[in-house]
Amino acid sequence: MATQEMTYREAIVLALQEEMRRDPTTLIMGEDIGESEGPFKTCQGLLEEFGAARVRDTPIAETGFVGASLGLSLTGYRPIAEIMFADFLGVAFDQIVNGIAKHRFMSGGKVKTPIVIRAIGGAGLRFAAQHSQTAESWMLSVPGLKIICPSNPEQAYLMLKAAIRDDNPVLVLEHKALMSMKGPVPVGTEDIAMPTGPNILRQGSDVTIVGSLAMVGRSLGAAELLKDEGIEAEVIDIQVLRPMNVELIADSVRRTNNLVVVEEQAPTGGWSSDVVADVVSQAFDYLDSPPARVTLPDHPLPYSPGLEDAMLPSPEKIAATAKALLE
Amino acid sequence: MAPRKKASRDSNQVPNPLTDEDRVELFRSMVGIREFEEQVQRSYLEGLVHGTTHLCNGHEAVSSGVIKALRPDDYISYTYRGHGHCLARGMDMEAAFAELFGREDGVCGGVGGSMHLTDIDKGLIGAFGIVGGGLPVAVGAGLSAQLAGKEQISVGFFGDGAANIGAFHESLNIAQVWNLPVLFVCENNLYGEFTRINHTTPYEDLVIRARGYAMEAVQVDGNNVEEVYAAASVAAMRARGGGGPTFIEAKTYRHRGHSRTDPAKYRDPAEVEAWMKRDPIDLYRKELEARGVLDDAGADAIIEELRAAAKEAADRAAASEWPSADQDFMAKTFA
Repeated sequence: MATQEMTYREAIVLALQEEMRRDPTTLIMGEDIGESEGPFKTCQGLLEEFGAARVRDTPIAETGFVGASLGLSLTGYRPIAEIMFADFLGVAFDQIVNGIAKHRFMSGGKVKTPIVIRAIGGAGLRFAAQHSQTAESWMLSVPGLKIICPSNPEQAYLMLKAAIRDDNPVLVLEHKALMSMKGPVPVGTEDIAMPTGPNILRQGSDVTIVGSLAMVGRSLGAAELLKDEGIEAEVIDIQVLRPMNVELIADSVRRTNNLVVVEEQAPTGGWSSDVVADVVSQAFDYLDSPPARVTLPDHPLPYSPGLEDAMLPSPEKIAATAKALLE
Repeated sequence: MAPRKKASRDSNQVPNPLTDEDRVELFRSMVGIREFEEQVQRSYLEGLVHGTTHLCNGHEAVSSGVIKALRPDDYISYTYRGHGHCLARGMDMEAAFAELFGREDGVCGGVGGSMHLTDIDKGLIGAFGIVGGGLPVAVGAGLSAQLAGKEQISVGFFGDGAANIGAFHESLNIAQVWNLPVLFVCENNLYGEFTRINHTTPYEDLVIRARGYAMEAVQVDGNNVEEVYAAASVAAMRARGGGGPTFIEAKTYRHRGHSRTDPAKYRDPAEVEAWMKRDPIDLYRKELEARGVLDDAGADAIIEELRAAAKEAADRAAASEWPSADQDFMAKTFA
């Protein structure tokens, strides 16, 4: 094992390469992932190395190929489905929520369904309302799915490898605005485990800030701004949305006594509400202020650059929200 | 464009011609399904079957005929009207009844129910309660079969109602473009739930759908079990040899309503009467008696034997324990 500096995108490619080499029952399906290597180049070099039987360009038919992944998983394979834009998860919704997520349970626990669905989502690249969603909320209410969301190259690599080895359906949400983010990656890691909860990325004693995907970096940016004002923020990457485990966040709040949750989704029906509810249940007596949420507005995202930027939780807005709690 | 093929009525032209022993086995398979379903009806009235259930009386020749053409290592996906497919594949009647009764000894431990009988060891990969939902899964099993290179095939059973949903179209397209060993078996019983096909679909012959996907297609009398068997055998041989998928439209009829609460009053009595005269079991019995394979007493004995077997299986299933609510359900959710 050696640590190498690489991008989030390269970390995804590396995880796919290593796991597909390791297990010949793995294969990947998706739109434009073969010769074209995926619109975000997340399948770079895979066709050349593994061939067209295991790296399959599909028709534009998410219901069909996501559903096919269930049939593959029931008959001895470990399929990986790439959803080009997470927004397209809606096309495969029935296959995921009524099929993939429930099949093992309905069989009385007698079948295994090792399936990875990788969905590339997120705002910030001017892709407008139908190509900028992270789509976490759609899947959040579905028992039987694991949902994980890497916020940096190391996590993109480790989480994807763990998801591929997991014997259950795992939805890996990747963020398109993070694709060129650089960071250290522990190449060749063999000892892999699925993350079971959040991770503290920066320690602080005054306020806890929780984010996912691209909101983690923005929360770290907010912590820098707050530091200039003498406020020490603890920044936590939620990492795992299903099954959700907020114990670490509640522990943090017991120390900081204040909570801000940053979510790149509309304010209703998202995971930030669950985090607030569960933390209040577990650490109510430790809170010095009402927990705050910073989210997208309750309307679809606009296209125009200035408009899109204005909608996204910025480090400044997150910092201001945290500061207001302490006043 | 593949031409539409007429099915052979003579099973001696198929890859594995039926022996008289096979014919008796096919008859037994159909009778077993019928007697199971009749017992389900009685058990429902006794309060043993919960929620709803979808009986396949009238469809027996399709499940029995197709599944007779399969190997033990082939894969089958089917629907909420799926008791027949499971029984034709050899699911134990008692385990099936116990599942319908919601009991611990059910094939899915009582958590699946009538719409979700599954037995992966028999290649029964799943029953899907969402119309058309099993077809992409059948395609995935077909891809698995193609990749494994052991000449296995995958069969997806579905009804005429599924021919109008996106999953159907995506599945046919993918199977054809990837040349997968999949048999798409359409049980066209003319009704999607409560609505007749002419109100929902521009034509009644669903083989037409397959032409749009350049798929080999054949239309058979779904109430003639040997015709179904012959078509499935030919299609299975093609698929095993790398010839790709086949669409089989089996024209059949539901003897009862869509589900337990549906008296099916929306059907023309003349239509019902005409189809009841073509009961697949009666037709086959006459054929076997005419051929001298079975005599009247022999046929009656089979019916009585399987009726009694269904009753005994249901009685044993009804004696099974209720599942405990204290069990580890998360272990049934995640491996």
